[in-house]
Amino acid sequence: MTRSCEELNIKCQKLLYKSAMKDTVDTQTQTPLADLIVCPQCDAVYHLKIPKMGERAVCQRCHTVLIAPRHKAGLIIIAISIATFILIIGAAFFPFLDIDAAGNKNSVSVIDAALAFSSGPLLLLALATAALILIVPLIRVVITLYVLVPVVLDLPPARYAMQAFRASEALRPWSMAEIFALGCAVALVKIADLATVGFGPAFWMFGGLVVLVVAQENFICKWSVWNSLEHPKKS
Amino acid sequence: MVGMELSGTPQKILSARQMGLVACTRCTKAWPMGTQICGRCGHKMVSRDYGSLQRVWAFWVVGLMCYIPANIYPMLRTKTLFQNDESTIVGGAVELAHHGAFGVAAIILVASVVIPLAKFWAIAFLAISVKTRRMASNSARHFMYEVVEYIGRWSMIDIFVVAILSSLVQLKTLATINPGPASMFFALSVIFTMLSAQAFDSRMIWDDRSGNGDSTHND
Repeated sequence: MTRSCEELNIKCQKLLYKSAMKDTVDTQTQTPLADLIVCPQCDAVYHLKIPKMGERAVCQRCHTVLIAPRHKAGLIIIAISIATFILIIGAAFFPFLDIDAAGNKNSVSVIDAALAFSSGPLLLLALATAALILIVPLIRVVITLYVLVPVVLDLPPARYAMQAFRASEALRPWSMAEIFALGCAVALVKIADLATVGFGPAFWMFGGLVVLVVAQENFICKWSVWNSLEHPKKS
Repeated sequence: MVGMELSGTPQKILSARQMGLVACTRCTKAWPMGTQICGRCGHKMVSRDYGSLQRVWAFWVVGLMCYIPANIYPMLRTKTLFQNDESTIVGGAVELAHHGAFGVAAIILVASVVIPLAKFWAIAFLAISVKTRRMASNSARHFMYEVVEYIGRWSMIDIFVVAILSSLVQLKTLATINPGPASMFFALSVIFTMLSAQAFDSRMIWDDRSGNGDSTHND
């Protein structure tokens, strides 16, 4: 670590020398690497300054939120994750919409909807749909619990916690439970004049799921998680 | 909301590349240039992923190729007592407009035609703009990138609606709805456009376009 810091200093000094002709650059650039944070979206370098609870540190040029600590965020996220887990399992098996047209009735669960494509070559699509609306969200919830429970309990991090959290972050765009919930609403509008459509229990579960997903996104501060995985408290 | 304290003078924002550093895009930690794997989270690091443009274009082309059959083949096969209906995306919207439901037709056209095409255009624009001279301000292009990244997933809503409708409307002889082949192509198109957008290295937007990113000029 010390070696790399020295290297950095040398490079920074070179840079200072180069840029000194155009404008003055502060000698602040000579800081240990651990005190720097780099915006993942635009590569801007900042001095680490942890904001107060409830405040957010934002990249000044691309406005990506870098650090956003919240009071008792860990506990809240764990609570939300457990609730999400229960809701996903429940929403998978209970019917979410039922239809009634001239005595013909049908009710479907999410698994039925995912398997709607199960004929022939559309089978792949069925698997993809099931993955996007149930399996990926479920995996992310489980990883979140696996990573955060030891952190919140001040225990040493779980094995492979870093890798798991990284995988969970990579899966984030592929977790589409909330999009499916909105899809229910759209489908409802489309067939409202064809038949009487009623909501099943899973519809409300999905509604709750949307709220929970948004809340979790709001509470989780990725930087804080990385930081506490790197520097676990000595218990 | 507080701004981060700048590293460098208040006016100049230096990129990690300009400081001889390479940053982990997963966990935001800085390492000396040349480090290949982040020592904190184990993510692979490159200062600028120039090969990423090739991946962007590859996924982009496949996405566009899938988008064409998605519009030619029927999306939904509707069977009612009296008629057998196969409608494409645009055909379905036109039919709705004939029935007077202009609002719904407009929403379908925007969600399934305008937004996907705009996404193709935006990704192409971004990929070209990092190679050529100034085309739009850095912050405008970054905003565009974030919009594309955000909207990308929401296009899957069409597929979910098809899935919901075709599982729900199975009313024996009265009415049945089944997915058409276009649904698979549309889903593939959405997935490949998402991959294309994810492959794009947004840090290149902020580099000086002389190519080496070493100059102190930035805005």
